Amino acid sequence: MGDKLLELLQQVVNGLSQGSIYALIALGYTMVFGVLRFINFAHGDVYMLGAFVGFYLGPKTLKLFGDGPSYPGAAAVLLLSMALCAIIGIVIEKICYRPLRERPKLTVLITAIGVSLFLENGGQFVFGADPKSFPDVITDRALEIPASWGKISGLTITISQVLVFGVTLVLMFVLSHIVRKTKLGMAMRALSFNPVAAQLMGINVDVVISFTFGLGSALAGAAGILTSIQQPSIDPLMGINAGLKAFVAAVLGGIGNLQGAVLGGLLIGVLEAIVVGYVDPTYRDPIVFGVLILILLVKPTGLLGASEREKV
Amino acid sequence: MADRPKLYLLLAVVAALIASHVLSGGAEPQIPALNPYYYDVLIGIGINIILAVGLNLVNGYTGQFSLGHAGFMAAGAYASSWLTLSYGYAMGTSGLATTTAFLLALLAGGAVAALAGLIVGVPSLRLKGDYLAIVTLGFNEIIKGVIQNCDRLGAQRGLGGMVQHTTFFWTFAFAAITVYVVVNLVNSTYGRGFLAVRDDEIAAEAMGINTTKYKVLAFVLGAFFAGIAGGLYAHFKQFIHPEGFNFMKSVDVVVMVILGGMGSTAGVCFAAVLLTILPEVLRYVSRIEALPEWLRHVAENRMIIYSLLLIILMITRPQGLFGAVNLKKKKA
Repeated sequence: MGDKLLELLQQVVNGLSQGSIYALIALGYTMVFGVLRFINFAHGDVYMLGAFVGFYLGPKTLKLFGDGPSYPGAAAVLLLSMALCAIIGIVIEKICYRPLRERPKLTVLITAIGVSLFLENGGQFVFGADPKSFPDVITDRALEIPASWGKISGLTITISQVLVFGVTLVLMFVLSHIVRKTKLGMAMRALSFNPVAAQLMGINVDVVISFTFGLGSALAGAAGILTSIQQPSIDPLMGINAGLKAFVAAVLGGIGNLQGAVLGGLLIGVLEAIVVGYVDPTYRDPIVFGVLILILLVKPTGLLGASEREKV
Repeated sequence: MADRPKLYLLLAVVAALIASHVLSGGAEPQIPALNPYYYDVLIGIGINIILAVGLNLVNGYTGQFSLGHAGFMAAGAYASSWLTLSYGYAMGTSGLATTTAFLLALLAGGAVAALAGLIVGVPSLRLKGDYLAIVTLGFNEIIKGVIQNCDRLGAQRGLGGMVQHTTFFWTFAFAAITVYVVVNLVNSTYGRGFLAVRDDEIAAEAMGINTTKYKVLAFVLGAFFAGIAGGLYAHFKQFIHPEGFNFMKSVDVVVMVILGGMGSTAGVCFAAVLLTILPEVLRYVSRIEALPEWLRHVAENRMIIYSLLLIILMITRPQGLFGAVNLKKKKA
């Protein structure tokens, strides 16, 4: 294997771990879009709140599992953040979006932008605008790849990268089980298929929408912790960029489609890593948005999405 | 209805002329009689009126949702600054030739922004609502990204050294022209087209209205005015930076349109005045030491207040202060 190929492989590895974060956030966008047909702009900021839950409650939670970083402690921090973010998501929906459910989409969109700005600026007010350093919940180091594996041993893969990718996979399987095998998951699918018919069949729409927001926000909270393990510097505006990228990922995969969100997230992550590695870091954001515009122009339903006709 | 546009124009132009002549006696860059701080706020009001009234054409009258107005403003600001900086040595700092050159640079900036608007308007034919919002936001980021990577435009350092050509008179003359054009346009046959696209695109199309034409026209005109505003801004502040035209700047303008009421030019002008003065008032409030610490902090961060304003407005009064759009009724 040539050095150039090894370098490319390294970028792909870096891209996949960043892409898993995007995938987790994108799942929340896509699920909410599935049931409510609107884009929850504030979703990226729930991810930011997830990271701050870890920042404030992480050290105490870790102490319960002995001194210093440990894997059970990290798992507890992750679950705690997911639970709190789920509650935050449900509360946001209840206060801000529920009163507007029968209104035109533009009203809800503006409200969502308002909620997003509120969380960002409220976050700066409460947490302070300066970046904070996230506590060590695991001891991160590069994995040693045996030299007998040939040139691959030249790759740098860190424990956190493996962990992020692994946890993302596990969460996706859990989510897919919930959506496909449980009653609430079935209700979610029914609602996204036809809200009126679902209601006529006795599905409690409010409960299902709350559940969807909770589920999506929990995944965003998990993404917040996972990203902070990799890059331990967090700030109240970290959700803007990640949220936008995850949204691009959801659209790329086909909004409303769970597999599509994951695929889109990983693709965007790899694309970014390649742009940073081979082109210029300052072109990262313009290129990602360029991809979004291109997709919306050529195939607005995304890679895996089904087309939807507007009824008159 | 026929007399209203003329009334608007008359009021705006008379106000602009009287104010500029009484205060400065011509096109002087500064008004000696006025405290520079108030002068700064006044120019800010004029620029924001141009921005908000232009955006209202897109967001209010045509019912598209653009979140990238600052991108067009950046295009105009950089294009006109580049022109006056490149050819400025021949211009001098005052006189008729200078004024003409400055106006030409402004118009060229507007034209560049309009071109950018055309590029954004084309995808808008296929997109609506949330998607369009994100795409315009993306364009804003792309325009910013291009400027950040263009060394001739100062890249990350920002661009400075422009002569202060923007005067009180020109700012409000352009504000008056903007209001006049938009009000007249909306009350014309074209205006019915914009409103039809907003109210029901499918029905409008069935009635034989070329919805494509109206959507693109709205974007191009809105962007043109944003470009003019950008040029005025650049030649007033004499320094521009890519970060000054970010998403937050776009949100500022969107909040003006929503607070004033989408589809109400008078309301939007009022909101532009209000929201230009508000940060200054808040800055003053944050310095009052008798107030509790947290309140002063909130006052320092105007975006907290803006965001709450957006949420509360949408829940309680979605049509804004003077809005004509009926956002309370659900569309069939």
